[in-house]
Amino acid sequence: MKLEKGIPLIDQHDENGYWGGKFGGNQIAESLNYPIEELTREFEKLRNDETFIAERDYYFKNFVGAPTPFIKLENLTKHLGGAQIYCKLVSKATGGAHKAYNAVVHSLICKRLGKTYIGGDTGAGYAGKMLSMAAAKFNLKCKIFMGAKDVERQSINVFSMRSYGAEVVPVNSGSQTLVDAVSECMRWWTSENEEAHMCVGSTVGPTIFVKICAWSTAQISREMKKQVMDEFGEVPKDMKLINCVGGGSSAAGFWNEWIDHDNIELIGVEAGGPEGSSKHAAPLTNDSPIGVLHGATQYVIQDDQGEIEETDSISAGLDYPGVSPLHCFLKETGRARYTSASDEEAIEAFQLVSKNEGFVSPSLEPSHAFAEAIKIAPKLSKDTIIVVDSCGDSAKDSKIIAERLGYKI
Amino acid sequence: MTSSTLIKSFERAKEDNRAALLTYTVGGDPDKKTSLNIFKSIADSGVDIIECGLGHGANIGDGGAIQDSTYRALSNGIKTNDIFEIIEEFKKEYETDVIIMTYQNKIMAYGEDDFLKRCISSKVSGIICVDWPWPLNLDFAKKCKENSIVFIQLLCPTTNEDRLKSILNDAHEVVYYISMLSTTGQKLKVSSDEIKKRFNLIKKISPDKKCIIGFGITADTINDFKDTDACVVGSALCREITRSIDEELNPATNVGNMVSDLKQKLSS
Repeated sequence: MKLEKGIPLIDQHDENGYWGGKFGGNQIAESLNYPIEELTREFEKLRNDETFIAERDYYFKNFVGAPTPFIKLENLTKHLGGAQIYCKLVSKATGGAHKAYNAVVHSLICKRLGKTYIGGDTGAGYAGKMLSMAAAKFNLKCKIFMGAKDVERQSINVFSMRSYGAEVVPVNSGSQTLVDAVSECMRWWTSENEEAHMCVGSTVGPTIFVKICAWSTAQISREMKKQVMDEFGEVPKDMKLINCVGGGSSAAGFWNEWIDHDNIELIGVEAGGPEGSSKHAAPLTNDSPIGVLHGATQYVIQDDQGEIEETDSISAGLDYPGVSPLHCFLKETGRARYTSASDEEAIEAFQLVSKNEGFVSPSLEPSHAFAEAIKIAPKLSKDTIIVVDSCGDSAKDSKIIAERLGYKI
Repeated sequence: MTSSTLIKSFERAKEDNRAALLTYTVGGDPDKKTSLNIFKSIADSGVDIIECGLGHGANIGDGGAIQDSTYRALSNGIKTNDIFEIIEEFKKEYETDVIIMTYQNKIMAYGEDDFLKRCISSKVSGIICVDWPWPLNLDFAKKCKENSIVFIQLLCPTTNEDRLKSILNDAHEVVYYISMLSTTGQKLKVSSDEIKKRFNLIKKISPDKKCIIGFGITADTINDFKDTDACVVGSALCREITRSIDEELNPATNVGNMVSDLKQKLSS
């Protein structure tokens, strides 16, 4: 399995949609073959269409708020000693996370397809929140599928979605989390695909959804490349890019422009779950077996019967048993390194970053990435640049974090 | 040869001037013993082919009624081997053909070759795999053929004519036409005539292949499909199992009665 240089990662799949000949694909019911072919054709046309690109950039700049800041975390760097720590503050994007990019692009595609109805899945609620936000802006009827357990623990985002006029459907099957929400959303699209468009909230699902999502979040590294050049005048010789990985959409976008730079280390941090528990949401770190989930082949947490096992993470956005085929491919080719952080390490990282930096208060998802930065920074020299993607804001997690730390709010 | 017995089931129905009747229930719902009794009762009620679901929790094609059955079986600890054991027991007493309907991850987890070996030893006649579309399934389909198991390709209303021809060209003796764009068990949203028009197109391209029609067929509409090759009723039966359990009645008897009624409606 080999990574090609000079070819975008999203295009390095074969004719059947497999990266490295085995990750991804379109393992779908025949009823979804036509809409997926239609969407694939339309997307390939649009990504080469200058007016579409201009439209995307207009909304990214004026509505999502690109570029998001690239800042040095002076206090944290000083506190830890060792490597210099920078942060791409993607949480400053409208809505508080990177999910806005994919939501805007899917809404624009939906309109180009002549459809007026869009549906999507959500875990932490960010993907759903941004999709409902974009749907409201583009006058699309919107339906969001969300595990009943997530509806409960991410009530702030549920409130937002309903405010934007979306119908939020709590999914009561299985573990009542993201995995079930995605299954239900795909079932819905199977029935409604003649009139409706589906947005998959991460770089998972059939190949075309992986591609559209990563193409959208690539905005993060596109703008960061300029910011890095402005800051350092060149690409630093020793740079590490750390990102949390659930489905893997923010990491795919954060790394996209840097994949051909071999000297830049890419580190993905999965959710290790509670300390001392055997449950986790880290299929790459823990060498979970290969399986088929939501239409794509990937590493997936499952039992010997092929049943998807329940995951556990304090972070709803990382609480997914599978992982993007892109990350399976990056792991297998050795281009990226994957590790995990526990719930406890993420909470500690949240506290340390918030206390030192003030303006940066990561949600529980990027707190996993910060945990790894905190772990390795003291051992590295000051010539090493660590950049953490702070891809979500902690506001949505206030209740969970406060409870964990013994505050009543 | 197992596959030729499957064709004979269609031919016997044709001799009766009707379509073959297939039932879909989830294997192991609600437990091994009851599930076996349900199969026996269905067979005694005159079904031609039993479609046995090897349920998957993270399925992307099942409607509510079948999901309920699947979760009931899985939460009662039913494993893939249990399904094979149920079929094996059933086949000791009955000639009725059994085909398995499942999802790719169930086959992958068991191991493709082991899965086929077990299909042979328990006398399974055919396999339908919902999320393993043509042409990705061709290698596995070939292995099935080598072992005289019919791999049943799926077709649907939006399968365009070129694709339809290619799939039919590669298909084994039996194909399955998903009558409408939906998960299982939704209300029929296209007319019976429209479905039969598509069925006739399939038969025009491949007159020798038997085509099963599934999705949305109930006691109210089944007679419309009398002159086709075969049709499946599934969700209504799964719902009947749920009702019987809730009301502490015998699911095998009740499902059997339903099948007798369906058979009669298909024959009249």
